[in-house]
Amino acid sequence: MGMDRKNIEYIAHLSRIELMVNEEEMFIRQLSDILSYVNKLNKINTENVKPLVYPLNMSNVFRDDELDESSSREEVLSNAPSTMGFFFKVPKVIE
Amino acid sequence: MEYEVVIGLETHAELSTITKLFCGCSTKFGSEPNTQICPVCLGMPGVLPVMNRKAFEYALKIAITLNCDINRFTNFDRKSYYYPDLPKNYQISQNYSNLGINGYMNIEVNNTIKKIHIHNVHLEEEAGKLIHPEEIGADYSLVDFNRAGVPLLEIVSCPDMRNIDEVESYMQTLRKILLYTGVSDCKMQEGSLRFEASISLRQKGSEKLGNRVEIKNLNSMKSVLRAVEYEIKRQSIVLDKGETVARETRLWDEVAERSERMRSKEEAQDYRYFPEPDLLPVFIDEKWLNIIRDTIPELPLARKQRFMETLKLSEYDACVLTEEKVLADFFEKCVNVLNRPKAFCNWIINDLLREVKDRKLDIHNLPIQPKQLISLVEIVEKGTISSTIAKEVFSEMVQTGKDPQTIIEEKKLAQISDESLIEAVIEKIITSNPEAIEDYKKGKKNALAFLIGQVMKEMKGKANPKIVNKLLKDKVGI
Amino acid sequence: MRLIKSTAIQIKDKIVSGEIQAKDVVRSLFEWIRETEPNVQAYITLNEEEALKKAAEIDKKIENNEQIGLLAGVPLAIKDNICTKNLYTTCASKILKDFIPLYDAFVIDRLKEEDAIIIGKTNLDEFAMGSSTENSSYKITCNPWNFDCVPGGSSGGSAAAVASDLAVMALGSDTGGSVRQPAALCGIVGVKPTYGRVSRYGLVAFGSSLDQIGTLTKDVKDAALLLKVISGNDLYDTTSAREPVPDYIDGIDSSISDLRIGIPREYFAEGLNCDVLKAVKDALKVYERLGAKIIDISLPHTEYAVAVYYIIANAEASSNLARYDGVRYGFRASNANGVISMYCRTRSEGFGNEVKRRIMLGNYALSAGYYDAYYLKASKVRNLIKSDFDTAFKKVDCIICPTSPIPAFKIGERANNPLEMYLSDIYTIPANLAGIPGISIPCGFSKEVLPIGMQILGQHFEEKKLLQIAYAFERETDFHLKKPVFKVSSAKI
Ligand SMILES: [Mg+2]
Ligand SMILES: [Zn+2]
Repeated sequence: MGMDRKNIEYIAHLSRIELMVNEEEMFIRQLSDILSYVNKLNKINTENVKPLVYPLNMSNVFRDDELDESSSREEVLSNAPSTMGFFFKVPKVIE
Repeated sequence: MEYEVVIGLETHAELSTITKLFCGCSTKFGSEPNTQICPVCLGMPGVLPVMNRKAFEYALKIAITLNCDINRFTNFDRKSYYYPDLPKNYQISQNYSNLGINGYMNIEVNNTIKKIHIHNVHLEEEAGKLIHPEEIGADYSLVDFNRAGVPLLEIVSCPDMRNIDEVESYMQTLRKILLYTGVSDCKMQEGSLRFEASISLRQKGSEKLGNRVEIKNLNSMKSVLRAVEYEIKRQSIVLDKGETVARETRLWDEVAERSERMRSKEEAQDYRYFPEPDLLPVFIDEKWLNIIRDTIPELPLARKQRFMETLKLSEYDACVLTEEKVLADFFEKCVNVLNRPKAFCNWIINDLLREVKDRKLDIHNLPIQPKQLISLVEIVEKGTISSTIAKEVFSEMVQTGKDPQTIIEEKKLAQISDESLIEAVIEKIITSNPEAIEDYKKGKKNALAFLIGQVMKEMKGKANPKIVNKLLKDKVGI
Repeated sequence: MRLIKSTAIQIKDKIVSGEIQAKDVVRSLFEWIRETEPNVQAYITLNEEEALKKAAEIDKKIENNEQIGLLAGVPLAIKDNICTKNLYTTCASKILKDFIPLYDAFVIDRLKEEDAIIIGKTNLDEFAMGSSTENSSYKITCNPWNFDCVPGGSSGGSAAAVASDLAVMALGSDTGGSVRQPAALCGIVGVKPTYGRVSRYGLVAFGSSLDQIGTLTKDVKDAALLLKVISGNDLYDTTSAREPVPDYIDGIDSSISDLRIGIPREYFAEGLNCDVLKAVKDALKVYERLGAKIIDISLPHTEYAVAVYYIIANAEASSNLARYDGVRYGFRASNANGVISMYCRTRSEGFGNEVKRRIMLGNYALSAGYYDAYYLKASKVRNLIKSDFDTAFKKVDCIICPTSPIPAFKIGERANNPLEMYLSDIYTIPANLAGIPGISIPCGFSKEVLPIGMQILGQHFEEKKLLQIAYAFERETDFHLKKPVFKVSSAKI
């Protein structure tokens, strides 16, 4: 349950965040504090309590299958850190 | 050792909506790269998804067709993983309350029906496309997001298949269902229909499943079958050595015709599913369910059975007719007006399909109308033209699109049944062939055939053979 | 009186009556900005050229007696996590440095339709994650009442701007109190509407089931006006409500006699600063004088709100912020080998520590084996917290409590203790979890002459009632008229 080096490294990777050793120590400490604080939730019995995900009781909102204008490729690519031709460019992806 | 093979299939089908699942961008295939993108399908900061009703109803339609229990209160979940073709680095999908669960699909393998259970049917969004440059040593990849956000239907079967034939039949049957219901064009070469297989082997008779291996990158039904075959061999070799099969995901290499390890169970991804707060849940009531139910056509297998039982078609004929929905529909339109199943079936399977093939026509807009074929069949029955001439008329119909009647009139193809006309010709033939008459009277039966032939020749084959035969016999007097 | 010290309604009336021109307002505002912004540091980006252009347009419209909007000529500041077309939107993050949106947020469309003038984008805690605006990767904003103190957060830039007349009104966003708390700490009015009342389209997501855009204004009537403009259904946000939008100003001065005010005992527990306690108690006396009944109530699950919030908000944030990967827009780290290292470097260099902390916490709460214990558990307790309010509102019309347990604290004072910082949102978080509206209005000052805010909470879509209740108090008091005093050169106009 607690936060240790193995845990923090796993979480950091899930988060795609690189941590220096000293950062690891800091985050282990801080996240442990926070986790031990939030563990107070275990005091409450939540059997037969439904989770609340949507603050309002609304449902079934759709759009019709109708074309909207797409963005200009030039505009979109102008925001990208790296492009080639009409594509976004990324470091080689090996499957 | 003897093994039982246990196979399950995961199918992804792109739904044929005009626009993407959460935005109004076009889903058209093969457009210029990155021309069908907007802030929403690019996952720009601050954007929100809005569900395409058509896509949702297509998914619902298939869930019903596959006999699933429908989750009356369904919602969407985020599936998190990092990949450059996934704009938000999470895919909006379903996990905790799939649209359809516990369904089944009947498949037919050498004339016996088998029930394949469907674990779940759910709706999700397509990813973009990664392009890996040909040039050797290239240290980059390119991304095109045109496909990103196209509605994708995922159909997960239970591990109910036991051999290649069942796998093939499952794929074919499912494909036909998707086409029949009109929810997907199923063009595998365009990636709109994809399969992933999971295979495990276990000792015959044993209950517990062996370690499962998943196989990805299967670009055609053929490669699915090849990959499954290969995997069965591979695993039995491992097991024969007394080793255990590793739980892993393998990539199929079409060219090398073998699979390679992609990732092991330990490296399995942690998708961190949780309910998508940006999309409201969907409540499906009985009324809506019925509306969708009413849009589901009779499925190929059932239709085939009906053609055989009520219309007395052969297994082969029924099969060919139901292969393509358009053909079966054409056939039924004809039969509903004029109850000559066999005749129509022959015209469609032999002549129509040949013409379509020879002229490389699109099966989806056939060159003739049912009513035209109906009147052709009627005309032949009336004896206005012979079946040989009918063939001529038919290809003329296909070429020109004209009605058979018109063609017959224009080309004067109608048979002559007017006795006085025929009698006149017979007189002429008799007087010009006395010796034949003699032979006939001497009992040479083939002389009659000769005379009939002469008459027909004289009348360019349009004389009604029955009448010629009758009159001639009267004349020579027997 | 210096023109830009007036409220939006006053300015708009003067412009409509032709007494002044929009140009004059914008010019004098930017003069004041040049003078004062160096001390307050409220803005990340200023939009002077565009603002002057827009002002000229409005003046022309008025000349030609054309129809003009409800906010004609009113200079507005926008929190920098709300997308503005062709205007930098950074979320105070290095990862969105130089990011220019292709589109306007729904609320920006509405403001433009009503002829408001957008003068700049204000500072915030990176991606709105914080309560002090210290977590900005660009600058630290100071509290206009005491430059050594924080303005609160995360909408600290917007609050400080309005409090020091660097903007006449401002928009902020409120996920756990980020509009109400800075409003309280800067002595202005902050409204967090019902979840779904205002479209989130174009608001850079933090906690999607909690986020709402809110208003920061000099008084309650301005809040009513601005809220009317930005509220309403939006086809691009399916979580936005279809409820009709009432005219919040009309009848704002109606009587509140025999109003039932609930006082949740859990909110007046230990940890509450005594000046704050006294100010709120005094405010309640004012209401009693106006004929309201004070009723003691209980919201039993209050003590769990912060824990629930930090699990749910960060779980949602961890996936909302996954898109900042250096592929399609924003910052990309150089010196990466391979795509995974590109992700990791980009995000490590692009995000600050508070954001990293929350992303990791959120991913932890959702990761294999922990989902049930954290995310699911929190979602269930969230339901209990909501039903606490449902029960309470059967007995009372509104709930009044402090907005923040303490007045503005010193810059750096809490920076190294995340948990302590989180706990300063204890009174504002429950409203976000329940999706109910809340408003914070000035109700006094601490011994150190720092503003104190009082929070009024109501049922879903009862903003109109809340504004009436707030206005009834504002009319009886002058806390909202108090201005921070700092050296001001000779005023123009
Ligand atoms: Mg899937
Ligand atoms: Zn799009």
